[in-house]
Amino acid sequence: MAILVDERTRIIVQGFTGKIGTFHAQDMIRYGSNVVGGVTPGKGGQRHLDLPVFNTVREAVQQAGAEASIVFVPPAFAADSIMEAADAGIRYCVAITDGIPTQDMVTVKNFLRRFPLQERMVLTGPNCAGTISPGRAMLGIMPGHIYLRGNVGVVARSGTLGYEAADQMRGLGIGISTSVGIGGDPIIGSSHRDILEKFEVDADTRAVIMIGEIGGPQEVEAGIFARESMSKPLIAYIAGLTAPEGRRMGHAGAIISSAGESAAEKVAMLKELGITICPTPAAMGKTVASVLAGMAG
Amino acid sequence: MDIHEYQAKEILARYGAKIAEGGLAYSPEESVQRAREIEGEVWVVKAQIHSGARGKAGGIKVCRTHEEVEAAAEGLLGRHLVTRQTGAAGKICSRVYVEAGTDIAKELYLCFLIDRSSERIVMVGSARGGMDIEELAGTDPGAIKKIHIEPAVGLQDFQVRDMAFFLGLDTAQLIHAVKTIKGCYRALRDLDASMLEINPLAVTGSGELIILDAKMSFDENALFRHHEIAELRDKSQGDSREVAAADQGLNYVGLDGDIGCMINGAGLAMATMDMIKLAGGKPANFLDVGGGASPERTEKAFRLVLADQGVKAMLVNIFAGINRCDWIAEGVIQAVRNIGMHVPLVVRLSGTNVEEGRRLIAASGLPIITADTLAEAAEKVVQACNAVIEKENEGKTDGNLG
Repeated sequence: MAILVDERTRIIVQGFTGKIGTFHAQDMIRYGSNVVGGVTPGKGGQRHLDLPVFNTVREAVQQAGAEASIVFVPPAFAADSIMEAADAGIRYCVAITDGIPTQDMVTVKNFLRRFPLQERMVLTGPNCAGTISPGRAMLGIMPGHIYLRGNVGVVARSGTLGYEAADQMRGLGIGISTSVGIGGDPIIGSSHRDILEKFEVDADTRAVIMIGEIGGPQEVEAGIFARESMSKPLIAYIAGLTAPEGRRMGHAGAIISSAGESAAEKVAMLKELGITICPTPAAMGKTVASVLAGMAG
Repeated sequence: MDIHEYQAKEILARYGAKIAEGGLAYSPEESVQRAREIEGEVWVVKAQIHSGARGKAGGIKVCRTHEEVEAAAEGLLGRHLVTRQTGAAGKICSRVYVEAGTDIAKELYLCFLIDRSSERIVMVGSARGGMDIEELAGTDPGAIKKIHIEPAVGLQDFQVRDMAFFLGLDTAQLIHAVKTIKGCYRALRDLDASMLEINPLAVTGSGELIILDAKMSFDENALFRHHEIAELRDKSQGDSREVAAADQGLNYVGLDGDIGCMINGAGLAMATMDMIKLAGGKPANFLDVGGGASPERTEKAFRLVLADQGVKAMLVNIFAGINRCDWIAEGVIQAVRNIGMHVPLVVRLSGTNVEEGRRLIAASGLPIITADTLAEAAEKVVQACNAVIEKENEGKTDGNLG
């Protein structure tokens, strides 16, 4: 089953005909994702990569049955593209774009909240590597070959650190149900907790690893959810033990600006909640393996 | 991006907030000129650096004569001011703001920022201005009020009144307070500021509301639509290495260790630094070279890392997704050949085309230490760094003996 995307999900690419959109659309198609077309305003009616191009997302939904979209639109226009997807009835949207103004994301989140929960589009990102259900579909920019299909859910703020986890797990023969990059910005579509809720009800997922970092409150919120409402084990790694206070570490959202936002404080709070902690980033695979071994025994 | 106090005040004045009369000066003579232009008998000379807590660091001087103004400016200009927010190196003061002294009856606190939890702008206020707000939140959280602002409609008058009464303002001050507080909100929202802190917001003896100090930070991602704000950037206030990196589109944060790092992806960079620390070493920097690391970009990154004289060993850790390992390897080899490394280099490649990347490094004949895993890479670079330090110490001992 996996979460968010599988081999049947009908995918469109927003920013389809641009250089970056084209490159990754080809990569996703090669992986086996069900890409049914793309949107570039003004180029509707043309064909690109042997697929139809639409002027609007609504047309793509009506004519190609699009259910999911991936956004490669430049930062200045990305918020608008995300809202267009939500308005057109897209069910799941991945925003890859890095550099969207924070207040634009405030507007996007406020816009999404106007839809009743059942009709509300799920958004992950922006500033993320996307989502992959290994062996089924890739809706992102990750190197697909490093992911083994299996039963562990991965949710990560960082793209490359998510790759590192997948690679360590593959080395130990551990597969992944779905890996979700939620993005490194201060305001994002879905939090760690939102994704944990989906993994909890997914029949293919037996355990989840959450890869967090400094800044913001969301890892601890996810930890509280895991303790109160999850039957599946949660494993966590938090990056940034060496990060100084008040400095932005690459990601716009990776900044320790108030109490409880440092890696050490987050680790301490998660431990208190009974979450299994990966002691080092090199031990993500091993820690998952030992938790799985404990479940089998 | 941070701006100076005087720049923030100019912006807020445009949005209808009241500030004290003042002017900018680059020399002691200019400072006296500014003081002459401002009527009154008391002036405040304020160092313009990107830091709070300037008062305790001697960056704010109250003066009663023009001679005192001149001496205060003389003492501040050209000096590095060290506050508890700047770090030991301090920040250079190359301009001072000369302001009319304000008759302060009461000091309040007011701040607007984008709250990550509620995903909205939040207004924070306290009747106990002049204090460190984080400290106050710890000791007396009831003294702080937070009001969340609904994005679709913006800040409403009833919310402003709610805050004004909490701050202890009286009915006579209300109309003025509404104007000032709403002006501050509009400045933050219109200009894509991420934070605006007014501490203190002063109530004068005659009951006026004046912005006495203002700190304003802007969303770097939104500067493309605010050129007038982007122009306010003062590069002298940043770490010179970080400014050089930003000019080249690289994401660099200088730290005080001795192991230089070049990594792709912010999360992996932080994790690699953690790994170095756990292996017993200290990272000299954070550097995310990003997705499209061409050989030119790789060489620039190398130069930047090695420009830090404290670097005794260097680690490259790349997990290639969009990047290809062979491409990265070519960049590393080119950089080492062009720059001439003076410290040991450990390279760990993983991901797309990893075999070809490793083959290129091995075939280059360069003294590059390779590692397959994150743990191995961290251990090897810490070992290499310790060996360099040991050698240096031996050298020193020999020197003493000789």
